This record gives sequence, C-alpha cells and structure tokens, in this order.
Amino acid sequence: MAVYIVKRILLAALTIFLVATITFFLMNLVPGGPFVAEKSISEQAQAALKEKFGLDKPLIVQYKNYMLSALQGDFGLSLKQRGRTVTDIILSKFPVSARVGGIAVLTALVVGIPLGSVAALKRGTWIDNLIIVIATCGIAFPSFVICTVGMYVFGVYLGWLPTLGLTTPTHYILPVFALAFYPTAYITRLMRSSMLDVIGQDYMRTARAKGLSQFVSLFKHALRNAILPVVTYIGPLLAYALTGSFIVEKIFVIPGLGKEFVSSIANRDYTVIMGTTIFLATLVILMNVLVDIVYKIIDPRIQLK
Amino acid sequence: MTKKNPLSFQLNVDDFLPATDAEKQSLTQMRPGVSYWKDAMRRLWKNKVAMVSLGVILIIMVFSFIVPMFYPYRYEQQIRGSEYLRPMTYSAEEQARIDAGEKVFPHILGTDYLGRDYAVRVMVGSRISLLVGLIASAIILIIGSTYGAISGFFGGWVDLVMMRIVDIIYTVPDILLIVLISVSIRDPMEKLATLPAFQWVQTVGVNLISIFIVFALLYWVGMARIVRGQVLTLKQNEYVTAAKALGASNGRIIRKHLLTNCIGTLIVTTTLQIPSSIFTESFLSFLGLGVAIPLPSLGSLASAALNGLNSYPYLLLSPALLISLIILSFNLFGDGLRDAFDPKLKQ
Repeated sequence: MAVYIVKRILLAALTIFLVATITFFLMNLVPGGPFVAEKSISEQAQAALKEKFGLDKPLIVQYKNYMLSALQGDFGLSLKQRGRTVTDIILSKFPVSARVGGIAVLTALVVGIPLGSVAALKRGTWIDNLIIVIATCGIAFPSFVICTVGMYVFGVYLGWLPTLGLTTPTHYILPVFALAFYPTAYITRLMRSSMLDVIGQDYMRTARAKGLSQFVSLFKHALRNAILPVVTYIGPLLAYALTGSFIVEKIFVIPGLGKEFVSSIANRDYTVIMGTTIFLATLVILMNVLVDIVYKIIDPRIQLK
Repeated sequence: MTKKNPLSFQLNVDDFLPATDAEKQSLTQMRPGVSYWKDAMRRLWKNKVAMVSLGVILIIMVFSFIVPMFYPYRYEQQIRGSEYLRPMTYSAEEQARIDAGEKVFPHILGTDYLGRDYAVRVMVGSRISLLVGLIASAIILIIGSTYGAISGFFGGWVDLVMMRIVDIIYTVPDILLIVLISVSIRDPMEKLATLPAFQWVQTVGVNLISIFIVFALLYWVGMARIVRGQVLTLKQNEYVTAAKALGASNGRIIRKHLLTNCIGTLIVTTTLQIPSSIFTESFLSFLGLGVAIPLPSLGSLASAALNGLNSYPYLLLSPALLISLIILSFNLFGDGLRDAFDPKLKQ
C-alpha cells in the first residue's frame, strides 16, 4: 500500500512538473506580450517593465527563475493586475468556482445515484426507459447548449431566474444546473449498469434467502457494492467541475478561476497563466490520486499493483 | 437371419458400409456459415435505434456537404438590407423584387446581423463540425492504435515506459492544455502558411489545423490503452506464434494479425470518438478558439447568437439543436455498433 501511494504521488509530481514546463514554453510561443496591448506605455517604459519582471532575460533563464521561486511557493506578481500577487488572485477567485463546482458535484451525486438505482430495479419498465432517454440526452447535449437554452427559457422567456452574476442563492440555480447535467447523466448510466450487475450476484440471493428484508438487502448489500464505480468517477468528476466551468463562467459572467484563466491567456498575463495552470493541474491530479487510494481502501477485492 | 443374442458382441456389418450420397447430403451444413462481419451486420441491422441514428447522420451529411453547393445563398454572402430577418420573412428590398414578379429564395432560418442567410451558415457549420469529428477521430485512430499495438506487442520495459507516458498525458487536465495549445500554435502555423510549399494550410484554415494538432497530441491515449489491452490478450494466440515461427517481421504481425483481429474494437472506439471530438470542437469554437471568421461552426454560431439572445433567440435554437442531434446520433450509433460487434460488452 505504502509503495503504491509513494509511486502514485511521485508520478503525480512528475506530471505536474511536465504540465508546468509545457505551459511555460507554450505560452511563450504565443505571439504578443503582456505590455504590447497597452498603447499608453512608451517603449522605454515597456523595456523597464520587462526588466522589472525579468522578461528581458533568455527564456531558459526565465524558466529556471520561475520554477525555483514556484518551488518555494512564490508564484510572482500579476503582470496586468498591478500590485496583486498570483496567489492572492487565485485565492480570491477559486472559492467562487469551487462553490459552483462543489454544489454541482453534490447535485450530480444526489440525483444520479438514486436515479440509476431506480432504473436498474425497475428494469424494462417505462420508468427505466424514461431515465435512459434523459441520461442519453444529458450525455449528448454540450454544456453550452444547456447553458444558453436554460438561460433563454428560464431567464429571458419565463423570467423566473436571474441570468448573470452570482449574488443571490437563486443565481446559483442555472449555472449549477448546467454544470451538473452531464455528470448526473453519466452517474445515472454508471449506477444503472453496476446496480444491474450487483443484483444478479449470488450474494444478493443469499441475503434474501437468509431472510433479510428487501430494504436491508438493497441498502446494505446492493448499494454499497454498486456505488464503487461511481467512487472512481468522483476524481474525473471534480476535475470536470473545476475546468468544465470555463464555459459556464463565461456565459453566466461568474468571476471564477476558469474565466480568469481564459482572460489571462488573452492578456498574456504570464504569471497568472502559470499559477492557474499549476494550481488547477495539482488539484485535479491530487484528487485523482486520492480517489484511487480511497477506492482501494474501500474495496478490498482490488489488488494493489 | 437368426435372432441375435442380446448379450452378443457381434457387430452389425451394415454399419460399416460407405455412406450413400443421400446420407452425405444430410450431414452437410444446413445453411452457409455466418462470418463475424455478417453476424455483426445482421445484429446492427436489427437494432432500430442504431439504424435511425445512422439515417439521421446520413441526412445531416447530405445537408451539410451537398445541399450548400446548390443553395442559392453562400455562407459568407452578405445581403444588404436583410440584417436580422426573422425566419421565412423578406426585407423591404426583397419584397419589392417579389412584387415585381421575381422569385426570391426564402430565408428559411432568417439572417444574422450581417445579413447572411442563416440556413446555409448552419449547414456549413455542421459540415465543419462533422469534418472535425471525422478527421480528428481518424488521426486518433492512427496514432492510438499504432502506439497501443507497439506497446502491447513488445511488452516489458517498452510497455512500461510507453504506458507511463500515456498515464501522464491522461492525468493532465485537458481543457487547460487545449486552450493553451490552440492559442500558441496559431502563430507558427500562420508563418508556415506563407511558405510556398504549405499554401494548403491557408486553404484548410489555420485554426482548423491547430484543432487537429490538439486532438492528435492529447486524445489518442484512450484509444492506445484500449488497443494495448486487446493486443496483450491477442498476442498469446497460437497464430501469432505460428507467424513468428514462419519468420514474419514484428511489423507484419502487428499489421496483419493483431490490428486486424481487434478491428471491431477499433471501429466502435473510433465511432464513439467522433461525438466527443465534435463536442470539444464546439467547446473551443464557443470560447472563440475554434475555426476562423467568416467560416462558421456550430459552436461559434451558438456563441454569436448568445449576444443577441434577448431579441433574436431563434438564432440560438438551430445550431444548438443540430449539434445536440449530431452528437446524440453518433453516440447512439456507436452504442449500436458496440452491441453488434461485441455483444459481451452490452450492459
């Protein structure tokens, strides 16, 4: 177990390092620079700014400097938002994304697991068919379609829900709905197939035969086994909720990390691009590692490699 | 003939006569053998959902590839005075021409803010989406299957190193890199397009090519994993040993024996890759990183429609519906193919 965990964490560290390296050189390939767009700044001032941020040095030296300070937890100052550190920007934007994403993940789990179980238990009936149709649509509709259509129907046409910003609790409904739609559908499908698999197992018949009630056999035996594939999906799901929110944040004008990332690319705000990429990549990769480890703990049948 | 003693071991000579033609006939197969392909095709043909999806895909293909050639409007053609027409309406100028007895083709889905016919834009947009889906999946098929087959076939440390690389790419948050790569390779590609030998880059479109590169770099890993798994089991078969004994080269064994034997998996995985490629392209176009103006894609059409959502909601409806329909049909058809080619996988 310990060997496995160490191996996974080392691989994760290597991955994060590679992501950081790739991002660094990719973003420097992008034409233009952080100070080009600002017409008010003279050539000398631009040069002075470049010198101040160390952008006048050769790329490889910049890379070395950045990586060394990043290792010490210093992600530098934003090139565009004067006087703000990258850490400060990430810490102020991330809670917004995390809240929307977290609620969406919870919604997906709370709705998807019962829906999938019901579909499996009522196999072949109209309830099952209805749930399958909804789940198939949920997987096929891109998030921007859900966002825009939902925004039009509930925000513009019916006028029930606010469409822009994130100030009151009702503001959360549409973004969370849009973000949770795909994972809910996916979890429903996953849950349905694993539940079907579990209720055909011998131990389910044994449980019923030894006189356990339907309720106990379903909740203590079937659900606990059927939920395992869903647990493995939580890692990718969290990654999706955090990075998949780019579109949702753009459409609903939510001041989150995804929007910050996209605009930092447009602004060539190098330090913010790097900081956000490393932060999100670390988060996603660590979540995946954590979920895999938890999965091996809760399912003793899985052998450690 | 005397009655035979029931305990006697004496054999009946008649049983050992050569079979007559009639007897031989009765022992031959009642019907011709069903090959793997025929069997799969029959199962697919019986699957109503998959056949309807295939029909929908074919109809959409006809509309996006053939109909725009005959359509009276072109996708980049701006008709002055016809901005923001509602579906099936005419501008004052066109109305005057109709009154004068001229025939004016109706704007079935209206026009956009520059007076471009929306129906033809949606058709060309779905052409781009389909092209991206098909070509990107082909690229993924080629890279993924080669990589996976090599990794699975050679095994040992080759496999170890190759699969660690796959693991790393797999865990990288893809959206981050897609956005970065598609922005950063645009400039080098544009420089490349000015060279005389690479004029075609300009015709295909720099953004479109950068999307393909993104797919080629990031999305082959799933395919590689699946193919490797198949090859690992397939290479234990006797025919591989036989081919080796006959002196076949490794490349020949991979091409002729291993890849041909997992063709069912390859077809199914590629078909299911198409909708996810279309999905990603529309996502990128929606963020403004997809195909270049004035070329439309369903994602960029929906993105543009968002700005005028309050006044012109119908501009959003058709691209949004169409992209969902395309992805849905490919998904359902892929599911049908999977059931047909690999009934064991059916859940």
